[in-house]
Amino acid sequence: MPSKPSSTRSARRTSAGPSSESFGHRLLDALRTPLGLAAVTAVAVLTLMAVLGPTLAGSAATRVDTGAIDQGGGSAHLFGTDGLGRDVAARVLVATRLTLELTLAATAIGLAGGLLLGLAPVVLGRRAGRLVTATVGVLVAFPGLLFVLVLATVFGAGSTGAVLSVGLALVPPAARLVQNLSASVATADYVAAARILGTGRFRLVTRHVLPNIAEPVTLFTAQSAAQILIAFSGLSFLGLGVQAPAYDWGRLLNEQLGRIYVNPLAALAPGLAVVLTGMVFTLVGEVIAQAGGRRAPHRAAASDPADEQAGTSSATPSSASASALDAGGGGDTATEDALLSVRDLRVTFPGGRTSVRGVSLSVAPGEAVGLVGESGSGKSLTALAVAGLAPHPARVAAGELRFRGVDPRSGSGLGTSLAMVFQDPMASLNPALRVGRQLAEVAEVHLGASRAQASARAVERLAWVRITSPERRARQRPHEYSGGMRQRAMIGMGLMGEPSLIVADEPTTALDVTVQRQVLDLLGEVRRDSGAALLLISHDIAVVAQVCQRVLVMYAGRVVEELPVADLAVRAAHPYTRALVGAVPTMGTDRNTALATIPGRPPEPGDRPRGCAFAPRCDRARDRCRTAEPVLTDQGEGRRVACWYPVTASSGPVQEARHTEEPPPGDADPSRHEAETLQDDARSVRDGGVR
Amino acid sequence: MSAANPPSAATVRSGAPFLGAVGSLVEAHPWAGFAVRRAGRLVVSLLVLVTASFAMIHLVPGDPVRAALGPTADPQLVAARRHALGLDRPLFDQYRHFLSGLAHLRLGDSISTDMPVAQVISSRLPATLELAVLAFVLILAVAIPLGMAAAVLTREGRRRGTELGFAAVTGILGAVPEFLLAVGLVAVFAVAIPLLPVASRGGASSYVLPVLALAAVSAAALARIVRVETLRVLGEDYMRTARAKRLPARLRYLRHALPNLLTASLTLGGLLFTSLITGTVLVENVFAWPGLGTTIVQAITQKDYPLVQGVVLVYGTAALLITFAVDVAVALADPRSTIRGS
Repeated sequence: MPSKPSSTRSARRTSAGPSSESFGHRLLDALRTPLGLAAVTAVAVLTLMAVLGPTLAGSAATRVDTGAIDQGGGSAHLFGTDGLGRDVAARVLVATRLTLELTLAATAIGLAGGLLLGLAPVVLGRRAGRLVTATVGVLVAFPGLLFVLVLATVFGAGSTGAVLSVGLALVPPAARLVQNLSASVATADYVAAARILGTGRFRLVTRHVLPNIAEPVTLFTAQSAAQILIAFSGLSFLGLGVQAPAYDWGRLLNEQLGRIYVNPLAALAPGLAVVLTGMVFTLVGEVIAQAGGRRAPHRAAASDPADEQAGTSSATPSSASASALDAGGGGDTATEDALLSVRDLRVTFPGGRTSVRGVSLSVAPGEAVGLVGESGSGKSLTALAVAGLAPHPARVAAGELRFRGVDPRSGSGLGTSLAMVFQDPMASLNPALRVGRQLAEVAEVHLGASRAQASARAVERLAWVRITSPERRARQRPHEYSGGMRQRAMIGMGLMGEPSLIVADEPTTALDVTVQRQVLDLLGEVRRDSGAALLLISHDIAVVAQVCQRVLVMYAGRVVEELPVADLAVRAAHPYTRALVGAVPTMGTDRNTALATIPGRPPEPGDRPRGCAFAPRCDRARDRCRTAEPVLTDQGEGRRVACWYPVTASSGPVQEARHTEEPPPGDADPSRHEAETLQDDARSVRDGGVR
Repeated sequence: MSAANPPSAATVRSGAPFLGAVGSLVEAHPWAGFAVRRAGRLVVSLLVLVTASFAMIHLVPGDPVRAALGPTADPQLVAARRHALGLDRPLFDQYRHFLSGLAHLRLGDSISTDMPVAQVISSRLPATLELAVLAFVLILAVAIPLGMAAAVLTREGRRRGTELGFAAVTGILGAVPEFLLAVGLVAVFAVAIPLLPVASRGGASSYVLPVLALAAVSAAALARIVRVETLRVLGEDYMRTARAKRLPARLRYLRHALPNLLTASLTLGGLLFTSLITGTVLVENVFAWPGLGTTIVQAITQKDYPLVQGVVLVYGTAALLITFAVDVAVALADPRSTIRGS
């Protein structure tokens, strides 16, 4: 790709897909904000000045008054008078029209040239396109003012020459931008698809490329207009632009600078006009950027960081009733000798969104515990909150949160006794630093090791996680590693301290299936060798079953079931757990039937139903499930379940569930029919009564 | 996009066909390939610059010498001057002569003063360089810490007030062009409060206003870029990893964030620095600074084409060398960009 990294990055962001139809609507929205209103007002004022200025102040601007030469500012003349006694304020006002005309003309020249050259590579063939790209690449290396000076030399001093010079000087950067943007659009899948379908080149440009680059190009144009105004004023100021007797703001500045000691106000006024008008253009650009930009999720401004530290003060009036509801089931799991004990953990976001609602869990030394749930169930947030790494606006509160006896939110265990492994190993390693360095610094910071000792330890840890030729690998940067190696390096990084708990957040999700297995095996091995406990977060119950001894199932921000892994297949009591287990294919799965899926989708945090959050998707749900939320209750033998109508232990293996369960009450829920027709699968969780 | 892939032989080879002999070296060291390609581009750009500055004098409508000497000049004088400039010879001859002159740093004689252009430039260049280098140092020293600090303080929507203040100050300062800021500085510090000299080069105090005028705008712009880049970097997963390792803030920001934001900041900042060179043109003219900026403007007004040619060559070469240096620096800081680049 013939593009610079920075520009492709921004290009990718701004033109990720064919979404710019709504840009006009978003722009209208942006115009209604205070910033947008300010921009509209400013543009209106400027237009009025340009249209009416010469008519209103024309005579005052040219009236020579030998009795009032070089007067200071005052009531008669706002900014004083110039060397011929002409009113400076009037001249500045009159100059508005010419200045704006010249600025807009030059901008139009630059934009047209930029679009022409920038889109050429898309339209032209490969070879010609490359030539254009290379030419622009060479031209863009020269600073704009150099262009202007060279062109001004050729065209000679004067308005026409100056407009051409300033306008043409904008062409290379504009072309470069358009090229980068259109190149990234042109490689997008939907454009490739259009190309395969035989869409013509010009149609490709008008239908796909132009709409998708319109937004950043508009923004660029607004910003360029400000720069062109300044460049043009500069040229006139140097005496190379507008020539007397005509005058724009730059020319006025040129005439008044020599008199700055006599009347500084007269020298500043045209400059001020340039600056303010430049700001209007910039303001317009800001509004466009706002309309097009990534809209940050709405956050309340009053997110006080102090609140996040308020550990045990979760019993605020608003959440008191909710915590009371969960307290019955959650209180007894945080045992004395647990390595990690969490009771009634809540993670809320400003605006009242509660993503984790009263999670309680404990991890014993050396134990491997799995945390399973669909995306959005709050499992990752639980893990991050436990490590004190919850993202910024989130507020973490807990009845109890202890890791090795202290609150981990103080961060005291991180990097030493608490190791984290994240989902995306490419993004989680620093691309600018050597891998060995990234491991070694842990030892330097926390163990007081020297640089050499730390490096040696890093190499040793890389060898431990089965990275071959670790000395050489330690000197490489992450992009030279494969995906699986990066994740192993992350695990090795966690081993730099002496971790007693490894929190692994979806450690295999971003990896190939074949590599997943290796990483899981490595996690198991590392746990055995180091004696560390493992908290494994995954959406994949099979992954958890492979590595862990105990599993907690989360749904909609709560733990709905906890049980030993050995019981998963036969004794899972919560319909959701059984559905998860049922959805995992095994070697024995009948390949002629569709795989079991769970109908529907988990509720959004702000939109949870009353009662049990799983009820809408559950074929065992009755009226009670839809009105009251079940409490997580202890079932003995390390099992807890939050369900009003749990599948009883006698119901046997998951796939045979249908034979023993009592039939659910009448077929009041139409969604159940839907579910039935959707999946007529023997391994589905549905109990037999429905049939 | 093949951004994350290791450099394939094909990518490297496609860069420049003339690599042939060094092909194996290039394949073994992607960085060497980048250096060769980048140097090749520099040479091409220099050629374009030289040709453009040569062509400039011929693109002037009409007779440049007549234009320079005025309509009333003696035809004999015009003919003599044409001959002295070599304008009466065939174009290709002139080009060859121009190139061989350049090789010996001969740039011809100024039409208005008859002095050798090279001599004029060498007497004026130091004043401009001083301004540019001082401003450059000031910009880096102010913009990077300021932008990073602003980002750290306002990350993830914290401290809206600080964010607004930073945006307002840098936005306003960034919107004021150098020469207008210069005029404003003169009005305040030389006219209203006569503290500093207003024009020409003298003692240390005469540098204060020109350097400030030159640096302030770019510093504000760069600080904004650095802030945005820092915010982007702070949101990256590896910064969370750094927090997960409980690294002290100093290490997180300086070791983990800084190199990652320098890549993009330097690329964008490189453009600022080249604009700094030409920024001196306007600022010098406000302060009557005896540098190249005042020289070229005078030369353009007086249609002293050989002198314009010479100064354009100097400015252009400086700009090309700076972007080259920035690209190499970025490549060293972030090897991945050498693979993606050009």
